[in-house]
Amino acid sequence: MAVISFIEAITQAMQEEMRRDPSVFVMGEDVGVRGGVFRATNGLIEEFGEGRVIDTPLAESAIAGVAIGAAAYGMRPIAEIQFADFIMTAVNQIVNEAAKMRYRSNNDWNCPVTIRAPFGGGVHGALYHSQSVEAMFTNIPGLKVVAPSTPYDAKGLLKAAIRDNDPVLFFEHKRCYRLIKGEVPDGDYVVPIGRADVKREGDDITVISYGLTLHFALQAAEKLAEEGISAHVLDLRTLYPLDKEAIITAASKTGKVLIVHEDNKEGGVGGEVAAIIAEHCLFDLDAPIKRLCGPDIPAMPYSPPLEKFFMLTPEKVLEAMRELAYF
Amino acid sequence: MATKVLMPQLGESVTEGTISKWLVNVGDVVDKYDPLCEVTTDKVTAEVPSTVSGRVAEIVVQEGETVAVGTLILYITEAGEQDEGAASGIDAKIPSRTEESQHADKQRYSPAVRRLAKEHNIDLSRLVGTGAGGRITRKDVQKVMEQGGLPAAASRMPVSSSQVIEQQSPAFTPGLGAPPAVPASSAQAAGVSSDVTVAAGDHVIPVSAIRRTIANRMVQSKHEAPHAWTMVEVDVTNLVRFRDLIKEDFKRKEGMNLTYLPFFIKAVVEALKEYPLLNSTWAGDKIVVKRNINISIAVATEDALYVPVIKDADQKSIYGIAKAIDDLAARARAGKLTVDDMTGGTFTVNNTGSFGSVLSMPIINSPQAAILSVESIVKRPVVIDDMIAIRSMVNLCLSLDHRVLDGLICGRFLQSVKQKLEAMGPDTTIY
Repeated sequence: MAVISFIEAITQAMQEEMRRDPSVFVMGEDVGVRGGVFRATNGLIEEFGEGRVIDTPLAESAIAGVAIGAAAYGMRPIAEIQFADFIMTAVNQIVNEAAKMRYRSNNDWNCPVTIRAPFGGGVHGALYHSQSVEAMFTNIPGLKVVAPSTPYDAKGLLKAAIRDNDPVLFFEHKRCYRLIKGEVPDGDYVVPIGRADVKREGDDITVISYGLTLHFALQAAEKLAEEGISAHVLDLRTLYPLDKEAIITAASKTGKVLIVHEDNKEGGVGGEVAAIIAEHCLFDLDAPIKRLCGPDIPAMPYSPPLEKFFMLTPEKVLEAMRELAYF
Repeated sequence: MATKVLMPQLGESVTEGTISKWLVNVGDVVDKYDPLCEVTTDKVTAEVPSTVSGRVAEIVVQEGETVAVGTLILYITEAGEQDEGAASGIDAKIPSRTEESQHADKQRYSPAVRRLAKEHNIDLSRLVGTGAGGRITRKDVQKVMEQGGLPAAASRMPVSSSQVIEQQSPAFTPGLGAPPAVPASSAQAAGVSSDVTVAAGDHVIPVSAIRRTIANRMVQSKHEAPHAWTMVEVDVTNLVRFRDLIKEDFKRKEGMNLTYLPFFIKAVVEALKEYPLLNSTWAGDKIVVKRNINISIAVATEDALYVPVIKDADQKSIYGIAKAIDDLAARARAGKLTVDDMTGGTFTVNNTGSFGSVLSMPIINSPQAAILSVESIVKRPVVIDDMIAIRSMVNLCLSLDHRVLDGLICGRFLQSVKQKLEAMGPDTTIY
């Protein structure tokens, strides 16, 4: 098995799917000649040509609209929103068209579109290049929202998203792109959408996370193991619909749950996870369900000290985990 | 095989303990967690629970002996074959947490703990929690389940009584993995639930660990030490003038208020040097006169009373004493006093005047020999040289352990304190 970076896993997934299925194509700002601002589509235009690797105007509503239209006609487009922050002008297309197409047409039409969007901060991207926007899309039935944290999951889930017959929003934490490396098998595989994954077994506390902060939790768990605290770490992987069964199992295992995400706390995915646990696990709970999230302020500032304040760190996660363990 | 039972560590700074009483004899059959003996340290009195079930084989340390932490104190021959496996895996070392059982006093249980206890018939009042503040965690209950439940309660143990253990430290260092279960110990006077009837509309306040400690110590002191009481009045007019003169300057320079208490403590300390018997302890067959002069002071918070200690007060200036009081009081109110802060006091000065009291009969801070309370300074007409003058007067009240002290020496001691205070004035050095 090869060790590759998160972004290489994304590129491989798209490349392999385009080779496998001629209806798959990519479109977005600078995805062609430039190979994507993060180089996610690097080499694709050389292999597949301008017809299947399409540079678009700077208009996210058009990117989403064109992709949705193509999908409705049987293509499998992968639309890239250069930064998740820019997705706002495309929300009407995604929420009112893509998500509802199958339902409102009584199953006559479907919309197998994949919309990729790098999200998250910690890269000095300031207000419009650092946001976590996933919570806006996690109460839209008809839409699937995926946020992998490892190269293996990224590749397998992106393939699953491309092959899915309904719209999938695929969020990639941009800090993970080159920071996170991992083993990825050479052959073809998919990771099913809608399944969470236990990334570490433990029995003192349960940490539930996704994206970059999942890695913080794993690092913290490693340190806490030296102190005799054993942490169980669940990676949500799919944010909508949530894997309720896995959440209930993980929460019940220790009865002490910490939910961690970079997105703002109030109204974030963690609130829904906490609600599932509260509904199903009361008699297994041994502590209040805790959340450690980004602060409820409008956006991540540019100033380095303020960005540092906004971002979670392994240390902050460790502190919260230790506190819960000692509760 | 005989299991060794060692002297437990009872508190962070405690290095040795005295076996005050054996509760078992050689040949007795003990269940795991049964109390074996009472151990007294300078801060804590606790029962040592058995780590295994079996028969007492040999008592190594006799009553009254003081031994270091970790010393072998007794052998227990473990019960029959079937217990062998269960018991052999258990470290004979006693959990140091026994002293910290603040449980059962105002215990709230998580839903998981409640459910498990109910399903497995576990009496939660008999567990010691390893969670924050002694909370019983789900893991604690699971461990008891894994060990096959709690040992049967001996009939002499009232289940309603909680652990009666004296402990002073509000600082709690939690840890995972410590053995959770320790049984209820014998019911001491202040710990037994009495048959007071609670009528409708009455408000019941659960007794907190610190409240119970205060209650036990008060009962113990009143019960053991025959209290006698005496009082002198002191003219502190010059001291009041002097302090008024310098207090603004002091506050600006040192950043804290200059109260009267450091002056009083200074005078008491000087007098203690002249009458060291006041700085002593009754020890049954002897009286131990302490070399160090460590002054305990009472610091009241909303719901509790702490008695931190000014160490080596005889080596401190009035300024040094003021600084020590300021620091201890601040930490007491913040709940940050350590065991060390509250250990080693040899004499107590209680500032009852701060509440406006003009007369009090303090209870001796056992095992010290005496306690002095400083009452309110009030202006009163007094007769000086057959003339009536308005003077600032203060009453000093002394409770004494009559086993150690008699009226004569205490009277002399108080006279000495009085003279020192009346001599304080513009010539007194603060630093």
